[in-house]
Amino acid sequence: MDFVFTPEEEAFRQEVASFLDKEVPKIYREKKLTFFDMSSQEDWIQVHRSMAEKLGEKGWISLHWPREYGGQDKSPFHRLILREELTRYHSPGYDSIGAGIVAPALLLKGSDEQKKQHLPGIASGKVIWCETLSEPGHGSDLASIEVFAKEETDCFVVNGQKIWTTNGHFADWNALVTRTDREVDPKYRGLTFFLVDMKTPGITVNPIINMAGHHEFNEVFFDDVHIPKGNIVGGLNRGFYVVMSLLDYERTSDTVYAFADIYLKDLAGYARKNNLLTPVLESRMAQLIADCEVARLLHYYVTWMQSQDKVPNYESAMSKMYSFELNQRVAEFGMELLGQYSQLTEASPLVPMYGRIPSCYYRSFGYSLEQGTSEIDRDVIAQRGLGLPRLR
Amino acid sequence: MDFALNEQQEMMQSLARDFLSDEYTDKVLKVMVEDEKGHTPELWQKLAAVNLTGLAIPEEYGGVGDFLDLIVVLEEMGRACFISPFFTTVVLGASAIMEAGSGEQKRQYLPAIAEGKSIITLAVTESSGSYAPEAISLKAAQNGSDYILNGAKLFVPDALAADHIICAARTREASDPQKGILLIILDINVPGVHIKPLKTVSGDKQCELTFTDVKVSIDNVLGEADKGWAYIDRIMQKANVARCAESVGLSQQALNMALDYAKERIAFGHPIGAFQSIRHRCADMLIDVDGSRLVTYQAAWLINESLPAEREAAAAKAWVSQASRRVMNSAHQVHGAIGFTEDHILHYYTKKARFNEFSFGDADYHFEKLLTHYK
Repeated sequence: MDFVFTPEEEAFRQEVASFLDKEVPKIYREKKLTFFDMSSQEDWIQVHRSMAEKLGEKGWISLHWPREYGGQDKSPFHRLILREELTRYHSPGYDSIGAGIVAPALLLKGSDEQKKQHLPGIASGKVIWCETLSEPGHGSDLASIEVFAKEETDCFVVNGQKIWTTNGHFADWNALVTRTDREVDPKYRGLTFFLVDMKTPGITVNPIINMAGHHEFNEVFFDDVHIPKGNIVGGLNRGFYVVMSLLDYERTSDTVYAFADIYLKDLAGYARKNNLLTPVLESRMAQLIADCEVARLLHYYVTWMQSQDKVPNYESAMSKMYSFELNQRVAEFGMELLGQYSQLTEASPLVPMYGRIPSCYYRSFGYSLEQGTSEIDRDVIAQRGLGLPRLR
Repeated sequence: MDFALNEQQEMMQSLARDFLSDEYTDKVLKVMVEDEKGHTPELWQKLAAVNLTGLAIPEEYGGVGDFLDLIVVLEEMGRACFISPFFTTVVLGASAIMEAGSGEQKRQYLPAIAEGKSIITLAVTESSGSYAPEAISLKAAQNGSDYILNGAKLFVPDALAADHIICAARTREASDPQKGILLIILDINVPGVHIKPLKTVSGDKQCELTFTDVKVSIDNVLGEADKGWAYIDRIMQKANVARCAESVGLSQQALNMALDYAKERIAFGHPIGAFQSIRHRCADMLIDVDGSRLVTYQAAWLINESLPAEREAAAAKAWVSQASRRVMNSAHQVHGAIGFTEDHILHYYTKKARFNEFSFGDADYHFEKLLTHYK
């Protein structure tokens, strides 16, 4: 047992911190933005890209990859530390999908050629990714995917619509899951995982604005989009297995506990400065502080499993769901703390905390939906973690 | 970071698990809950024979292992809902002597604990039930080479089974209530000590102790006479985290029982564990159990490394107290009416978890402590 970081990891934290101290735009730090509300900034995409490239130049995005693919074989705790520091310095620049999900999936299931083609781009921070899994008719029920890729002699041709595509409006590449076999039973054995250049003709991206007013996700239309056969990951009709291993990473790609913790500290600071803490609110805050501690440890546990080359599954669902729901409680606490002032937008006179209170709160409605709903997470835990029987 | 148990910890864990499943059946548990002392010399000797009574006592005093070994064993004891003076002696008594005792006192008391020859309790709380220093008012007046003790102690654990009491007493009134507190050890049979057993719902044995002109030699003072609170503070930190470990075990076992039941109980043609209302409840229970374990191990590890652990210990006791309550409530809901009966074993776990929740400061007390680190 050991609950501290190694001296080397601590030194890395210092290095990242002093770098971010110089590089993060002032306004991001002044507003104390978090990962989930910084997309509200007009210059976000530009800042996100430039920070990503700076992290790439430092070699920090790929630190925990194997050396042969440009990494340094560091423990996954380096990625965690990088994310914690990015959070602490209110910085964008980490591509949760490319670096967080696609890279580990490629390392696990990609061909040598695919690794050589795509990993350097992700490591450099220059190639940003999106993933297209959900469809208008199917969210959690992945096996029902309908968007079809028809096999031709030299390629696959994709037609159909995907939705809730985070960063689809500026991503360079896309991890796409389609149906390639309509006859097979069970249905999940007819899915294939493709890598798609977003510049391929036939792809149209339309924005969807969430209820917090942020543009994060999109709908993506595929109209006779040609994908080379070499872009299949994990084999034809074996996409479901790639997705399953990818979701285990998706669920812990973001250090969601750290977003909750930093926002709570921000709220606590504001409340103390303005004398807002009644005994009732203070007691609620204490509860959230303790919850943050547990959320952090649940995430560390999953990272530790990864550091031991164990593949987490229900453990990451636990960590992800607990942290996301905690974030919702923290966002709610912010509303209670500010009372009437919680109703003011950033554009309003007298608005506290740059209008982040309602922005964070209304954004938080998505936390129990994205990356798998809380219901799916609880089902994963019940089934894989507890061995409970299924109804189906 | 390393979340794995080492070989020694795994060994202690299976040793304790095997020992308890052999020696401490549900039948014995029910007897111990009713038993006035919650203790039999036979079982105590068996505990000593496998070195469990020497856990976390330094080897030079006849002990084995460290605080983390003790923690994994206490988790197993929680799983068995172990009613015994073990916690009182090995966690409270031994810690007090290790924290405050002189070399000679350690030689006198620690090997006896390790060998299973001595049961020692700790008397801190009084009628307020509070663990704050201002709650200590039992008087210790120096008279030559003796202290004369007068007053009462409440919620003293396992006093009927104990040979010795370590008593927190006040030597003087001071503006700072932490000053003027003395820790002193005395034989349970010394004239003037009167023990009145209380009746508890959980079966944990607690007593009221009254002290009337009890004469104890100043040689029996543990540590520096005026600095008792500093020792108590550290003992309480360990005790709290140790309690958490027990509660982790209680919760784990309640979850296991609920899962077994959810898999075998059929309703509407299916095991009830197939219904999402039950599955999702159980998923939340697992988060509570695993979260409790992680936050407990974190604090225990810091204590074991002699690193500052005040914030982490407070977070652990606050969170585990609440989590174990949620787990017990859910375990009852999953069990339906059968878990509501006195015959079923589950309510013993529920009651013990509530007892643990309130010992050494409840969630609110520790939330207050936690907040002081957030200013």
